[in-house]
This record gives sequence, C-alpha cells and structure tokens, in this order.
Amino acid sequence: MTVAAVNAGPKRGWKSASTWIGAVIVGTAAICAVFAPLLVPHDPFAQDLGKRLLVPFWMEGTDPRHLLGTDQLGRDYLSRLIWGCRISMLIGVTVTIVSGLIGITIGVLGGFMGGRVDDAVLFAITTRLSIPVVLVALAVVGLLGSSLPLLVITLGLLLWDRFAVVARSTTMQVRNLDFVAAAWCAGCSHFRILSREVLPNIASHLVVVATLEIALAILLEAALSFLGLGVPPPLPSWGLMIAEAKDYMFFSPWVIVIPGVALFVLVLGINLLGDGLRDLFGARSDP
Amino acid sequence: MFQFLLRRLIVALLVAATVMVLAFVLTRLSGDLATSIAGANATAADIEAIRKAYGLDRPVITQFFDWVGRAVTGDLGESYFFKARVASLIGERMPVTLTLGLTGLVIALVVSLPLGILAAVRENTGLDRFVQMVALLGQAMPSFWLGLLLMITFGLQLGWLPISGTGSWQNYVMPGVVLAFSAIPALTRLTRAGMIQAMGSDYIRTARAKGLSRASILLKHALRNAAIPVVAIAAVQLGFMLGGSIVIEQVFALHGVGFLAWESIAKNDFPVVQAVVLVLAVIYVALTMLADLMNAVLDPRLRSA
Repeated sequence: MTVAAVNAGPKRGWKSASTWIGAVIVGTAAICAVFAPLLVPHDPFAQDLGKRLLVPFWMEGTDPRHLLGTDQLGRDYLSRLIWGCRISMLIGVTVTIVSGLIGITIGVLGGFMGGRVDDAVLFAITTRLSIPVVLVALAVVGLLGSSLPLLVITLGLLLWDRFAVVARSTTMQVRNLDFVAAAWCAGCSHFRILSREVLPNIASHLVVVATLEIALAILLEAALSFLGLGVPPPLPSWGLMIAEAKDYMFFSPWVIVIPGVALFVLVLGINLLGDGLRDLFGARSDP
Repeated sequence: MFQFLLRRLIVALLVAATVMVLAFVLTRLSGDLATSIAGANATAADIEAIRKAYGLDRPVITQFFDWVGRAVTGDLGESYFFKARVASLIGERMPVTLTLGLTGLVIALVVSLPLGILAAVRENTGLDRFVQMVALLGQAMPSFWLGLLLMITFGLQLGWLPISGTGSWQNYVMPGVVLAFSAIPALTRLTRAGMIQAMGSDYIRTARAKGLSRASILLKHALRNAAIPVVAIAAVQLGFMLGGSIVIEQVFALHGVGFLAWESIAKNDFPVVQAVVLVLAVIYVALTMLADLMNAVLDPRLRSA
C-alpha cells in the first residue's frame, strides 16, 4: 500500500457504511433462515391453483394476503422466498464448514511441514483448480440423484481451494515467528503448536475466506438448482424458483426478478461484510 | 528457461493424469452403469447384453486403462445416446464454447483494463470508489439471472438481440456479456492494484523526472508492469469461463460443449461426461501453462523461478 493510501484512505472496518449495510443484510438473512417457520405468512408448500401467478404489492390487482404474489402453482411467493433464504444460508454455511475443514487442514499441514508434504499440497490445489466445478457438481448430483446432504458434500469437496491457499501462505508466515519457536523450546507437540499457536493467529484470515466461500456456495447452489440438478423440488431454493418461473418471465417478469434480487442482495451483503472484516483484521484474502 | 518449462510440463501431465482418475471414478459413482443405460423397463437379459456390448463386464481397472490408452491417442470412446464418436461430438460443439469464452474474455478485458487504470489514477476519489462498487456488484450477480434479465430487456422488450440459437454474431453478444461479468471484478481489482503499485515505484518517478508524457508513463511504463498478473489471471479466467459456460449455454440455448455435458448428464451418457470433464481440465492446464509462459516473456525476472 502506498503512503497516500494510508493517509487519505476511505473509512474502513466498522467505520464504513458498507460494512454496516453488509452486516444488516446478513443479519436479516440469518434471522429469516433461523426463524423461517415462524415468519412465513403462508405454508410455502401449499398449492392453490385458483390463485396462480397473483401479482406483487406494487402492481395493480394485487391480493393483500400475498404481498409478493404467488407462483405458477399458487404458492405464496413471500413464504417461499423466506424459506429459500433458509435453504441458501443452510447450504452456504454447511458447505463452508466442510470445505473449511478440508482446506484448512491441507493448507496448514503444507505450510507448516514444508518439503514433500507441501509439494503434495500444492499439487492437490493445482489439480483441484483444473477441475470444472459446475460440471462435476452437476454430474455427481445427476448420477446420484439430488438431495441436500449430497449437494453439501459435493460442493464442500470442490470449494476448499481458497481455504487451502490462504491457510498455507499464512501458516508459512507464522511458522517462523518467535512465539512458535518458543513453543518448540517448551517441548510442545506438533498438534499443540498447530492448534494453540498457529491456528489462532491465522484465524482472522480464514474468517474472511469463509465469508467469500459462503457467498460462492450460495451462488453455485442457485446455479445448480436453476439447471435442475441442485436442491430437489418442491423445496423453495431461489435458483429453483427462478428455473420454475422461467416459462412465465416474458409475461410476468417479477416472477424471476424477486428471487433474483434476493439472491443478489444476500451475496452482495455477505461480500460487503467480508470486505469490512478484511479491513478490520488487516487481512488479505487473495491467494 | 528450459528447466522452468520442463517442470511446468511435468506438473501439467501429472494433473491431467489425476483428473483422468477422478473423471473415471466420478462416472462410476452411480453404481451399475449397465442398469442405468438400459433404463427402467429393461429385463435382466437386456442389462447383461448391454454390459457385454459396452465392455462393462470387465474389471474396473482394465476398463480404466483401456479408456486411458485410447484417450491419449485422441479416441474418447463412443456416446451411448448420440451414437457417435465422443471426440467428434466435442469437436463439433467446441467452436461455440470457444467463441463464447473468447467473446467473454475480450469484453471483460475491454471493460476492466480501463476501469482498473482509471481507478488507480484517481485513487481514493469518488471515481475509484465507484469502480470498486461496480466490481462488488459484478461479483454478487448470479450469471444465469443476469442472462434472463438481459433476455427480457434486450431480447423481448427492445427486440435488439436474438434470445437463443447460434446463427450469427449477435447470438453471442448477451451470453458474452454475462460471461464477462464473472471475470470483470477480479480483472478490474487486479489492474487497479497493479497500477497503484507501479505508479508508486521508482522507475515511474524517473520517467516523470525525464519529462515523459502522462500517457507514455501510464501505458508504456506502468501498464506493462501492472499487466503481468492481469495476463496470468486473464488466461486462468478463460479456463474458468469455459468450465462455467455450461450455465450460460443452457440459458441461451447455445449448443456448445457445456450444453452437450448437460444433455449427457441428464441421459446418463457417461463416456461423454468423463470426456468433457477431461477436455475442460486439459484446456485449463494448458491455459495456466500459457499464462506462465506469457509471464516469463513479459517479465524476464520470472524465468528462473
């Protein structure tokens, strides 16, 4: 960073409005996700063919009981949107836990052990990057049948690369610091040094990566569900909602605008919060 | 230089070999392939006949080495559904995907290089923050959704562009823009960061002291150094774009390799699926090698690495 950037930089971390906007969006989404069964005004799975494609509140001829209208099967759109938030957040967080466990283990081992182990880790990262994620995820779900746990495991096995890259490079920096040497001298075991000395010191970088990965997993799940090989219907994933509404989009564009805006805003919020956290920790998340 | 090339080549070959194993295992995940090919109404005799005909009765290891042995000579097997050679199927569809990928990359570079340079030159002004906001928005945009929105706006309401098919260059405009969106944030940020770093360096101060024009300093001196990581990431991004184009080909009904893969997954046509995974991975590996090479040409310091 140049001197000018330090002196005249924009507001960072919690002083920045964008971090707060991100936090509010993510907080709202988290509340929607956790309390979805209490928040939904209608059953998101209940069909009512007499009330198909009712328009949302800003258009003429709307039904006040269905604020965001209904879908092609007469299901309340607001309820499905809230339930879809639960699905998105659930997938984003669980995929990130799986990929984080894999990536951090691999990355820390490579960065700490060095030598042959590190060569193997680098090779694993290179190989993983050469695999087309969307295609492989589609193939797995297509061949084994769509289900939530399968989707989470598949994406988790595919999205660990950034965790590994960042964990590896930050571990390398920490490895040679004095407090690690002190722990060696005090006779600590490998495991203790890794868990007590190294991990806490690279944790802030990993939190930033985690926010990016949650956003990425949510976008990928939406894309897979959109292609019909993600979350199984009738679960209201936002991607699936867009796919199901696609046939009606030329006459009633709002059917794809609503879930799309929700997806866009949530991912934007997570990224804003992630950027804020990065500035707050002074961490780098780019490989 | 030679050693550098050799090492990259060995790693690339090892990666390709690993991907072959993974692609092979991937398609065998569903269990008995003969049963899924035969369909729901098949009798036990039908399944047995299919198993024999496709050589699925042999040990898995034999099947694997048979596939690898043929694949390295360019023979990727035969499609069950299309009744055609997989290699020629992919060959027919590849031009569409490559055109789409290159269109996306060109659009992405045309947008992100000027944006990144502008943001760097006007660092910490409103313009800089605006550019960073654009990058952030682009990052959050679901590509398939953007595609649908463009179709509604420019295809249906304004009637400027065709919404599907591959007839003319106009068919590639909207998909290209959508694909470019996925690369613009990273490329813009990288250009900006590279330019800021370059502009703060000693050789730029020297160039200024010599009284060179602003354009010459920016484009000849700063950009050439800032471009090194951008070139590398651009090649890598093209690899990601080719892999990610499966979603966009689906949205715009472009019959490229991604569309082929999607059809094959739906039809359990596993020779095609494993071949597409392999081909895309090999292209990616080749592109990253190309990026390393271009870097070495642009920056002689990297050749000894």
